[in-house]
Amino acid sequence: MAQSKYEARPATREPAWLKWTVITISLTFFTLFLLLPFIAVFVEAFRRGWGTYIAALADPDAQHAIWLTLIAALIAVPLNLAFGIAAAWSIAKFEFTGKQLLTTFIDLPFSVSPVVAGLSYVLIFGAQGWIGPWLAAHDIKIMFAVPGIVLATVFVTVPFIARELIPLMEAQGRDEEEAALVLGASGWQTFWNVTLPNIKWGLLYGVILCNARAMGEFGAVSVVSGHIRGQTTTLPLHVEILYNEYNFAAAFAVASLLALLALVTLAIKTYVEWQAERTADSAH
Amino acid sequence: MTTAASPIALRRGRRTRVLPGFPLALGFTITYLSLIVLIPLAAVFLKSATLTWPQFVAAVTSPAALASYRLSFGAALLAAGINAIFGLLLAWTLVRYTFPGRKLVDALIDLPFALPTAVVGISLTALYAKNGWLGQYLEPIGIKVAFTPLGVLVALIFIGLPFVVRTVQPVLEDLDVEFEEAAASLGASRWQAFARVVFPALFPALLTGVALAFARGVGEYGSVIFIAGNIPLVSEITPLIIITKLEQYDIAGATAVAVVMLVASFVLLFVINALQAWTTARSSKGA
Repeated sequence: MAQSKYEARPATREPAWLKWTVITISLTFFTLFLLLPFIAVFVEAFRRGWGTYIAALADPDAQHAIWLTLIAALIAVPLNLAFGIAAAWSIAKFEFTGKQLLTTFIDLPFSVSPVVAGLSYVLIFGAQGWIGPWLAAHDIKIMFAVPGIVLATVFVTVPFIARELIPLMEAQGRDEEEAALVLGASGWQTFWNVTLPNIKWGLLYGVILCNARAMGEFGAVSVVSGHIRGQTTTLPLHVEILYNEYNFAAAFAVASLLALLALVTLAIKTYVEWQAERTADSAH
Repeated sequence: MTTAASPIALRRGRRTRVLPGFPLALGFTITYLSLIVLIPLAAVFLKSATLTWPQFVAAVTSPAALASYRLSFGAALLAAGINAIFGLLLAWTLVRYTFPGRKLVDALIDLPFALPTAVVGISLTALYAKNGWLGQYLEPIGIKVAFTPLGVLVALIFIGLPFVVRTVQPVLEDLDVEFEEAAASLGASRWQAFARVVFPALFPALLTGVALAFARGVGEYGSVIFIAGNIPLVSEITPLIIITKLEQYDIAGATAVAVVMLVASFVLLFVINALQAWTTARSSKGA
């Protein structure tokens, strides 16, 4: 077996027994706590056979949940993409007072409980909220309806793309953009032809993680959804409803769709990392 | 670059920005962040201000709320501690050793970032239930995981692990082997080199990872509620207290508890920022 560069040097080499003990302990922990829950989803999903599995996914309520999940992600991801680019452009390329504070605020949705995020929207759009009575008078439904679900999804996914782009664009500096401008490119041309090619892998990485969270969000969406079956349930909420009805086979069948999404996310993410590394290597 | 600042260079540096779009980009950023995140969170603080002080104190110090803080903060801290040990071992394994399947394990470490929390919740419950893959062996020897605080711990270990691995791993990768070689050539044992050279270099990153895992664990909801069993005073987490109060139309009470969580989030966010700054300072000094 190939040795790592650390094992090749005597000073950073551990005895074989120690090496294999460390590997065994860490991989056992990994298998028990991370891998097993993931595999169990698929095993439980197919426990009752293909017929039950297909029936669970073909159910109209499940179909509607799939549709609503896609809608939420299709709105939340582009919005946070625009936000991420604007935030990274201003924070990475310019100096201004309050930059550190702004960067900290962008991280807020990562440390705020999703339930608190959902509650904050109830306080604004709910029946007793700030603009709830006005909305009710004008027959606009946000709480316990699709707009509320989309808003909650947007909240929890705000930082994903910005967080990827800020360090990337900071590291790249301003020289290339300034050169393009001096050579007569317009602002948009500079962005499309100079900045965007430089950040494309980081951008894709952020979009993929943002999308995974948008499709999988549970806590925040749960608070604002109202759990109206077949109307305001996204896939994760549909899983909960089926599970609470003791319809475990169907719950795991729907859950396996989300687990598949996770697998695809990780595959694309690994590919993007590999591409980004290759680009970085060829640049040197 | 011009060191002797000409008046023109000075003026350009101060007045005109070469790159376009700053007012638009910053304006959009601040407006968007305010509308989506800051104003809604401010609403939580403002709503709680409609309570009188004794009402607020009564809501946030009810026996159920106090028990939930102990569970949410305690389990999150314990899970972060366990992840500190095993996350460090995993990062070490992935960086330092080659073994079959290393790349696959490396990619799968991020599963908790990609797998929706509700899926994690029902899957862990199935594993640790009385007749589950793990529960059938654990329950006969007296270890009940599903529907106990131990289940909360298991869920938070799952959720927090990648935070530790992914903060420690890059620092370990960038660590120059020459430090360890110097230690070895000066007569240090392998253990001494690790304890005196490697570990101190990793420590800020490890602490950052632990803080990130802890912050995520305190607020976690989806993966926990299925396995916790949600027994009042025993296995009710703080986010569930908020949900329960909301379902009883006690919006003010829910908001009061949410303020406690928000303050904790703010404190943790600043701690994490400070830790990250320390990590960056430490690694740039080492390089």
